[in-house]
Amino acid sequence: MSILKEEFPVEAMDFVTAGEASAQIKRLLKKLGVDPGVIRRLSIACYEAEINLVIHSDGGKLTLEMNPENVSLISEDVGPGIPDIDLAMSEGYSTASDDVRMMGFGAGMGLANMARNADRFHIDSKVGEGTRIEMIFDINK
Amino acid sequence: MTVNDVASVLGAALLTKDTDTSRPVREGYSCDLLSWVMAHGREGMAWVTVQTHMNVIAVASLHDMSCVIIPEGIHVEDEVLEKASEEGISVLSSGLTAFDICGRLAAAGIGAC
Ligand SMILES: Nc1ncnc2c1ncn2[C@@H]1O[C@H](COP(=O)(O)OP(=O)(O)O)[C@@H](O)[C@H]1O
Ligand SMILES: [Mg+2]
Repeated sequence: MSILKEEFPVEAMDFVTAGEASAQIKRLLKKLGVDPGVIRRLSIACYEAEINLVIHSDGGKLTLEMNPENVSLISEDVGPGIPDIDLAMSEGYSTASDDVRMMGFGAGMGLANMARNADRFHIDSKVGEGTRIEMIFDINK
Repeated sequence: MTVNDVASVLGAALLTKDTDTSRPVREGYSCDLLSWVMAHGREGMAWVTVQTHMNVIAVASLHDMSCVIIPEGIHVEDEVLEKASEEGISVLSSGLTAFDICGRLAAAGIGAC
């Protein structure tokens, strides 16, 4: 049974609205009275997923779904995909451009931050097609 | 110590309007890598960074930080300040370097995280 399901589109290379979806999701969860610790973990993971959509994909969306046991967050995009997921997951690895790095992105910690903060983390990617990340956050822990 | 106290310790200018400058500052942090700050940021933090774009406000706001301190008088665009005001994040501008800002805040008793 899902209490809520909402989609947030994220545009590639739009640095003005980057972070907006994460902010909206955080506000929504706050309003729903979700535990602050869960909101914190989810916000961090969500922000990293959102920024990856902005800097690495050709555009995508975040889908938030909540049920009584947990909150799931799915990031899906159309884009280059990830050839070597293990390498991409390792901290410090980043293919971000110099321009993007100048803005303070591209520390290569995003995927690791997501995996660390989610209770369950699953990533699927097809080169030349896109990437899908599913994260589950247990509510009653 | 509050955001107001931090501003007076640094002789910094408050760039944002209508934010709550009586908010307590719990600890300080200095870093320009957003993911790093995302991983280590905490509520009530005063964050020193040379980055001045929109996403600094997003990161500060996601962590419910108390303020962002921009060193060396670096210019901050109006849209960024408007966003910060909307989100309730005070933005301070100081002529000091990040190093000196942190030194002064530490001397004034603000802890590191
Ligand atoms: N949605 C995505 N589409 C394509 N590549 C991605 C995506 N997300 C991550 N990557 C790849 O994985 C690398 C590591 O990602 P991440 O840990 O978030 O670090 P960063 O974003 O700082 O580069 C990226 O540099 C990029 O090569
Ligand atoms: Mg990333």
